[in-house]
Amino acid sequence: MIQGIRLLFKNISPFIATITMRYNVNEYGVKMKRFELIEHTADMGLVAYGHDLAEAFANAAYGLFSIMADLGRVQEKESRQIELKEDDTEALLFEWLNYLLYVFDVEMLLLKRFDMERFDGSGLKAVCYGEKYDPSRHRLKTGVKSATYHMMKVDRENNRVQVILDV
Amino acid sequence: MATWNGPLEKIDDYRWRIPKSYKQGMRVPGIIYADADMMKQIRGEQALEQVANVAFLPGIVNHSLAMPDIHWGYGFPIGGVAAMDVKSGVVSPGGVGYDINCGVRALRSNLKADDIRPKVPELIDALFSQIPCGVGKGGRLRVSYDDLDRVLTEGSGWAVKNGFGEKEDLLHTEAEGAIPDADPSLVGERAKKRGLPQLGSLGSGNHFLEIQEVDAIYDEDSAKALGIFKGQVLVMIHSGSRGLGYQVCDDYLVVMGRIQEKYKLDLPDRQLAAAPIQSGEGKDYLSAMACAANYAWCNRQVIMHWTRETVMRVLGLSPRDFGGELIYDVAHNIAKFEEHEVDGKLRKLLVHRKGATRAFGPGHEELPPDFKKLGQPVIVPGDMGTASYLLLGTETAMAETFGSTCHGAGRKMSRKGAMRAAKGRRIDKELADRGIYVHAFGRGTLAEEMPEAYKDVDEVVAVVDGAGISRKVARMVPMGVMKG
Repeated sequence: MIQGIRLLFKNISPFIATITMRYNVNEYGVKMKRFELIEHTADMGLVAYGHDLAEAFANAAYGLFSIMADLGRVQEKESRQIELKEDDTEALLFEWLNYLLYVFDVEMLLLKRFDMERFDGSGLKAVCYGEKYDPSRHRLKTGVKSATYHMMKVDRENNRVQVILDV
Repeated sequence: MATWNGPLEKIDDYRWRIPKSYKQGMRVPGIIYADADMMKQIRGEQALEQVANVAFLPGIVNHSLAMPDIHWGYGFPIGGVAAMDVKSGVVSPGGVGYDINCGVRALRSNLKADDIRPKVPELIDALFSQIPCGVGKGGRLRVSYDDLDRVLTEGSGWAVKNGFGEKEDLLHTEAEGAIPDADPSLVGERAKKRGLPQLGSLGSGNHFLEIQEVDAIYDEDSAKALGIFKGQVLVMIHSGSRGLGYQVCDDYLVVMGRIQEKYKLDLPDRQLAAAPIQSGEGKDYLSAMACAANYAWCNRQVIMHWTRETVMRVLGLSPRDFGGELIYDVAHNIAKFEEHEVDGKLRKLLVHRKGATRAFGPGHEELPPDFKKLGQPVIVPGDMGTASYLLLGTETAMAETFGSTCHGAGRKMSRKGAMRAAKGRRIDKELADRGIYVHAFGRGTLAEEMPEAYKDVDEVVAVVDGAGISRKVARMVPMGVMKG
């Protein structure tokens, strides 16, 4: 399975190799991976999956926060509504992840659940849940500076997005 | 990892050329500074394709350049240098990078390493408690939005005016710690909100503060002139513009992305998005970039001030006993207006240095009086396990690289690769066994930043020294490291 995915990605991009996976049980009880980390010399990237693009965006956000912190002990205590409108899907992905980084920087809010209330490919409305960083309970991992357009891919057919993060 | 198989012509032991004929659309050839062994490793990724892509940018003069610490970046390679004609050229945020004015400064001291060695752990722990660092850590400074606007225009000068350091520090800072034409109204609200609580913090990732020992001198006269001697204690600070700089980069990548058709810029990579220097968008970016650069200089100045205070307190020293003068501060992610000789004529250019350091030769008017004859000091931070260097800029750099040289060791291993290689190991213990005390915010950073993840800084410096684009003065090894 892993080998298969590796080969698949080799075709999409020769520069990446899959390393880790995270699974999620979907509404039908089927185990499904949410995202995978990919390698890049200076930085880090992720590929996120979904049943639709909206879910892939939500999983990309989950992947982003998983890189930054151990989400196991983060509780859904607070929520933030985010509404974005951009020119295209790539720009929306860029803005979505960077807006979340901004929220983290300014409010120190660790987010772990992302409910897409509306998503149309160039705009979205999401409610995000999590809690404020508490050094006594939460472990931060890698600092992320920004999502980038570098090697960004939005695969509409397979509901998959790829983004490289500057860390 | 796909190997890059494009054409590469060997010019000499340290120089390689990607001919203009490689891709239709290249305006100039690419020149890479590296030795043959390094080139094998460089070819292992697509950084050379990025050198070729940068050559597409309108107004690029002479060559698309890359230093030996080149590695794969966004749009521009890290280690890339590109100078654009001010009238016909473009400015590209990707040619500056996310961490605008990421840079490094080094302080000299009157202390001998052997005298303070047992105190290093205590010293590093004290610095760790005094200087905020790590993911999302805010600064100790409480500044208002009005103050922040002044930081964005005045840079290090604001810090000195407010009691963080001395006037002399400014003379020993590139651009005296502030570049002109910074307009805070062009920095978005989000950038300011991120920057406000983070002023006076080190950050995470490859940023660090080190207590170092000078372990080799290559040029006694120059070292003496810089106040450097073997066995001396130096302090090095590596930090940048924090969330404010990242947000400025993001905001203007969006702006630039929208105008590529308007200015008929047909570029091979969205991350290369650019705007004519003379356009409204180009001027706005440069003005916002100047703000972020000034913020970074102020940040390093404040951190240095706290470092001085802490070292003197822990070691019980007076300012005179400590010394603690700033040798120099250099930016290694920036675009600056400079005059350079091109085909015998002086031309005004915008020089992008993305993971590259300015290395002006002797006599340059921007150098402070005490270094004018020597050339500009260049600080090259290594990784925490090996060494850092103090170099001087040269005439050759002025003639070939728009007065530029390398900026560090450059990664060769991905962060995940480093995590894998570090699995089951205690990097902090390994370093302790070699006499290096490390206090890091997270063990993750320590693994990602472990020595094997970087190219050998000795080899990188040997190339720039061998090629003559800077010359070695001293080598420093870490005694204690504070890591974000």
